[in-house]
Amino acid sequence: MKPDLSTRYLGLDLCSPLVASASPITGDVDVLRRLEAMGVGAVVMPSLFEEQIEHEESQMLRMQETGANSFGEAHDFFPALQNYNSGPDAYLKKIEAARKAVSIPVIASLNGSSAGGWVHHGKRMADAGASALELNIYWVPIDPAETGADVEQRYVDLVAWMSEAVRIPLCVKIAPAFSAPLSFALRLERAGAEGLVLFNRMLRPDLDLEKLELVPKLELSDSHESRVPLQWIGLLRQHTRISLAASSGVHAAADALKLLLVGADVVMATSSLLRRGPGHVRTILDGMTTWMEAKDYASVNQMRGSMSHQNCPDPTAYERANYMRTLMSYTSDVF
Amino acid sequence: MQRTTVTVDGNEAAANVAYGLSEVVAIYPITPASTMGELADAWSAASRRNVFGSVPRVVEMQSEGGAAGAMHGALQAGALATSFTASQGLLLMLPNMFKIAGELTPAVLHVAARTIATHALSIFGDHSDVMSARTTGWAMLSSASVQEAQDMAAVAHATTLETRVPFLHFFDGFRTSHEIAKIELLDPEDLVALVDMRAIHEHRTRSLNPEHPVLRGSAQNPDVFFQAREAANSFHDAVPGVLDRVLERFAKITGRKYATYETYGSPDAERVVIVMGSAYGVVQEAVDHLIARGQKVALVQVRLFRPFDVRAFVAALPKTVRRIAVLDRTKEPGAAGEPLYQDVITALAEGWKGERLPEVIGGRFGLSSKEFTPAMAIAVFDELARKEMLRHFTVGIVDDVTHLSLSFDRELDAAIERARAGEVRCVFYGLGSDGTVGANKNSVKIVGEETPLFAQGYFVYDSRKAGAVTVSHLRFSPRPIRSSCLIQRAGFVACHQFHFLERMNVLGEADLGATFLLNSPYGPADVWSKLPVEVQRRIIDLKLRLFVVDADRIAREAGLGGRINTVMQTCFFALSDVLPREEAIARIKGAIEKSYGSRGRSLLEKNFAAVDAALGGMSEVEIPSKVAGDLHTISAFARSQGTDVEPFLERVTARILAGEGDLLPVSALPVDGTFPTGTSRYEKRGIAREIPIWDADLCIQCGLCPLVCPHAAIRMKPYREMELAGAPAGFQSRPWTGKEFPHQNMTIQVAPDDCTGCGICVEVCPARSKSVAKHKAIDMRPRLEHLERERANFEFFLKLPEVDRATVETATVKGSQALEPLFEFSGACAGCGETPYLKLLTQIFGDRIVVANATGCSSIFGGNLPTTPWAKNASGRGPAWANSLFEDNAEFGFGIRLALDHQEARARELLGELAAQMPEGLVCALIDAGQHGEKGLAEQRTLLADLRHRLVRIATPAAHELLHLSEHLLPRQVWIVGGDGWAYDIGFGGLDHVLSSDRDVNVLVLDTGVYSNTGGQASKATPRGAVAKFAAGGKQLRRKDLGLLATSYGHVYVAQIAIGANPKQTIEVLHEAAAYKGPSLILAYSQCIAHGIEMSTSMSHQRDATNSGFWPLFRFDPRRARAGQHPFQLDSKKPRVAFKDFALQEGRFASLQHSDPKASAELLQLAQSDIEEQWRLYEQMAGLERGPATQEGTT
Repeated sequence: MKPDLSTRYLGLDLCSPLVASASPITGDVDVLRRLEAMGVGAVVMPSLFEEQIEHEESQMLRMQETGANSFGEAHDFFPALQNYNSGPDAYLKKIEAARKAVSIPVIASLNGSSAGGWVHHGKRMADAGASALELNIYWVPIDPAETGADVEQRYVDLVAWMSEAVRIPLCVKIAPAFSAPLSFALRLERAGAEGLVLFNRMLRPDLDLEKLELVPKLELSDSHESRVPLQWIGLLRQHTRISLAASSGVHAAADALKLLLVGADVVMATSSLLRRGPGHVRTILDGMTTWMEAKDYASVNQMRGSMSHQNCPDPTAYERANYMRTLMSYTSDVF
Repeated sequence: MQRTTVTVDGNEAAANVAYGLSEVVAIYPITPASTMGELADAWSAASRRNVFGSVPRVVEMQSEGGAAGAMHGALQAGALATSFTASQGLLLMLPNMFKIAGELTPAVLHVAARTIATHALSIFGDHSDVMSARTTGWAMLSSASVQEAQDMAAVAHATTLETRVPFLHFFDGFRTSHEIAKIELLDPEDLVALVDMRAIHEHRTRSLNPEHPVLRGSAQNPDVFFQAREAANSFHDAVPGVLDRVLERFAKITGRKYATYETYGSPDAERVVIVMGSAYGVVQEAVDHLIARGQKVALVQVRLFRPFDVRAFVAALPKTVRRIAVLDRTKEPGAAGEPLYQDVITALAEGWKGERLPEVIGGRFGLSSKEFTPAMAIAVFDELARKEMLRHFTVGIVDDVTHLSLSFDRELDAAIERARAGEVRCVFYGLGSDGTVGANKNSVKIVGEETPLFAQGYFVYDSRKAGAVTVSHLRFSPRPIRSSCLIQRAGFVACHQFHFLERMNVLGEADLGATFLLNSPYGPADVWSKLPVEVQRRIIDLKLRLFVVDADRIAREAGLGGRINTVMQTCFFALSDVLPREEAIARIKGAIEKSYGSRGRSLLEKNFAAVDAALGGMSEVEIPSKVAGDLHTISAFARSQGTDVEPFLERVTARILAGEGDLLPVSALPVDGTFPTGTSRYEKRGIAREIPIWDADLCIQCGLCPLVCPHAAIRMKPYREMELAGAPAGFQSRPWTGKEFPHQNMTIQVAPDDCTGCGICVEVCPARSKSVAKHKAIDMRPRLEHLERERANFEFFLKLPEVDRATVETATVKGSQALEPLFEFSGACAGCGETPYLKLLTQIFGDRIVVANATGCSSIFGGNLPTTPWAKNASGRGPAWANSLFEDNAEFGFGIRLALDHQEARARELLGELAAQMPEGLVCALIDAGQHGEKGLAEQRTLLADLRHRLVRIATPAAHELLHLSEHLLPRQVWIVGGDGWAYDIGFGGLDHVLSSDRDVNVLVLDTGVYSNTGGQASKATPRGAVAKFAAGGKQLRRKDLGLLATSYGHVYVAQIAIGANPKQTIEVLHEAAAYKGPSLILAYSQCIAHGIEMSTSMSHQRDATNSGFWPLFRFDPRRARAGQHPFQLDSKKPRVAFKDFALQEGRFASLQHSDPKASAELLQLAQSDIEEQWRLYEQMAGLERGPATQEGTT
């Protein structure tokens, strides 16, 4: 009998533990249909960026108001916009379309850092039919007066506000750059997060040597990056009952299996699907099935967390020693 | 039944009815009627239905003539058709209007009545346009207020259907078209009840239809034309009767009663004023004032001007009337009297049944929106009481030449205003860019639509596009507001910009004890001594209450940048007694929700934050009993110390700049509209917050910054080091590094009071610091921190001698930028894309050009009083400039060329005749020289001086004539300048004809792709996929390839240029076009605020426009064909940027992606295909050989 790949994430029943994470392609209804056909368990819509919405709103306002009410011959210089779709409007329509197109859960994603507008957008996404909401909290603390504690508090507050405002399941995607990820994860849980997505990949600017300008640049991940969520999910699993999603570096069945073994409820793929297309879902799932069959695993539920910090034969490997051994192996090679 | 009220302007009030009762709407933009067309277009784009249930078709035509033609056709084919226009537009419609009336076709034309251009253009209101239409056979119905603009619009549509006589419905431009007022709305049911459906069916039955064919528009002969013309008499005769019935029906439906001739005042009046249009309310106030003082006076408002109903008019006059003054808002030089006066005289002669015919006098008032106030109306009534009356008079001005003007007592206006119990009057001084007018429109709407109060808003703009000052006049009252004039005494005055206090009399309207709200960076404890002493004195004398708020700080902190409107609006409501404070705040927030709710949450929250912070940030200032400090107001007329200016400038220009133009007497003004040039330098406006500051050590002296500056506010000059003697301490100078001016120094200098702060110069600057990458050879820095030093520097810079033109290689960027610009400090928008071309043109050829300028942005920033940017050099030479019209500019410039050619030919002829009396060689030298660049021109000038010197001593008629014509031996270039609205649309026929000629004219099209001046309406140059007015859903079709069309002639020099994409090509093209002895056409890419871009980045937009192939650079030079080369040269590379990547950086394209992503994607794809197809064609053309054109100028 084939192993059972179904899992639960954020209280939702998923046919498989592989989730297509937020990326430009998950906004395309045709792609969603193909991903579903390939067996993906759920999809996360592309992120609605609060920063971008604000930028667009202020740009459109600026356009409407430049030169307006300044000159006798022209009240303004643009026609009043009819049926204006701001960023959120278009996004809400996409959610509705996605829900109609596929039967797997559709998770909306919101990327922002401020309280007011954020909660408002979250509510509207829930109203538009999103199965769950993923908060992608990310900003760069550039104020040297802002401490790590301040930053953490800001996350916690945002999660608490949103959790109070929306009735659909709420998960939070964070970056790995926290001093004490475990305690912080548990604070988010207490603030109302029903799941955590570990981790966000940071957008790092690059420098254009020709123009001497900073340019935004996002490179696709590699398998080795899955070691970051692997470690922290492994460590966190025993301390929480909320859903854990592993994100970053899920490129092959092996990556997915490892993350599930350390305790992830689902694994999220982005870069590999962007590179290889929706068909790659099937490749990963088939690879997982083959391995599980070979190892006699009956289900994902059975193996989930079996190699977590709590359950693995050598928990110290998750800890400092791991680091020391790695170093030693390197030094012996080079010198 | 309680009727719905709305707060709208006159244009919207009329357009709402016109749209509701029409099926075809043919439109064309013209101030002040454009808004009507814009609204109709926007409603149609949003599929709003008319009262019959269909969506009207709204089409923009190429001119008003085209709109009238389309309307005529639509009427003939059975549609209910309308249009909107004003001024010159109405004149262009006249031929069709005669036809439409001659064919007894029901139609309505709505006119926001505006001055016809005579000695000058004026965008403002009077009846000179509609009076030009009084012979067309159209009925003419006048509205006096915003309410009437709606109601009479409906009455006109209903009556035309029943009478078959077309109606021209008009209301006063600006005063009514732009006044916002609370009116009772006509809803669709009212309109349906008003119109006779049977008449609509009959109209359709008469239409052209092959099932029942007829012929209309025949040519008739002397045998029958006359009779046929008389055959329609009964239809025209029937109009007053039908109109009365419609007005009765209207009164039953709405409760509002109107008469064709409305009487107001004493039933036993002896003195009566006859008036038409918005002056009605003002004269009513005068009548009330006089009646209260026991005088027997009345007025008759004329609503129906054509057909003039003698019986009804005479019946409207009180039987007791002895004397009548007729007020005409127009002037007909040479007529026995103005039109309404003549009609009144005729009507009395024909219809007066009383014993003694009243005496009638006629007066002109209110031309070009000249203020008309109750005091002026009282002066008219007073004149009627004088023993010896002026038969013809003017009122509102001081005529010290023909002494026709009546004097009036301005204090009366204040007294009449103060007597109106419960009325709140508020005046606001703001900048166009700070949102003052928008906020005030909002306040009027809040009060008008959400309280029982009546509200009125009227807004005065200056003629500048950058840094424009706005003055808002708001009235709120428990009773209907009749005052159709500016506020004289306000109980609330707000100054939204602290620096206004220095140069403007913002307390001119403040009443005794008024509240004065000031946006001030200084708090209540510090502000007093920062006020000019004159302002302090006025505050003390008038016992004003002064409140300060740092609106800039609050707005900035709320994330609103420079938009202080919400803060100031909140403070206004808190201080004025219009509404209780709490209610006002709630209503402001409601209005914000309404305005911004659909546009984004972030905007809403920022504005809410500004409201909340505003009240806490406002404080009352304790007014000291004495003035303090030593700051004083300064003159708006800036003259350098120790320099002479023309007396005219002191006498006239300085007064206009000071806001005292209304006080200038007739004798002060030129009799023929001729003004001196080079006057913008006397207007130091200091509107930039930041100005470019030069780091001489980094500068590579490329010349790009002065090249792209739209306002000639950053300049480069080479000079000898010795000239630096006496330079101010901070004056920077470096050795010239190129080979052009060996052993000379140079300086890049900002004009700190003339810069608008657009930042384009900094964006194009290629020189960066190696250690701090953000630091360039010029950086934007706070103006105030550098003002004193840079003022001194600029003054010194101007005094440095200009470079010897004969030594300059003018065809390079550096060379051209070493030359003095003779187009400087215009009122164009910050970042304007048109002005750099004009400035460059004057640098290269300024002392020998005559400019024919089409109406549009360039004629407004070029020729709108008080000053002009067209300037003169130290020898007094410079561009001679004239604007004729919008539609005729090519022909106008062509005529100038013909005249110049003729005079030059005559001069040469005379020179030949006089050769024997001249030294050997002089004549030959004169005939041959002058054609070889700057050196040749300089030599020609020397020869000419010699010639003139000799001619004076020859006492023959030929010598005398040549003396007067000798200057025509100097080369003269004719530049025909205008925008794409002119070249592609309204003036295309003329342009085409001029290009088809062999004359040496240079046409420079400043192509923004929209009608920029009237607010960004689409033209045939508007790119596919761009949103513009009249193309609210995105322009569906590709832009016209005007350049390609012009190349088809073969003998026309054609070029497409973009100064930011390839400055060298731009400069070369100007030289080549000037040198080509035939017609030249240059299409110059010009960015515009209607593109929705960050203007500081405009040069990178120009580069992308070219790199994407949207704006390929090319030249078609017939001389190359003659030399056996390919005449068509591509000057830009194959498109290497996707059009989408260029387009979506501009709001005009990006906004469609928001409103209709699908249409946007399709249009962008089609636009990409256009580009590829065009590029393929151009590449093929570049390989084409053509025979030499035979039409190059014979001149």
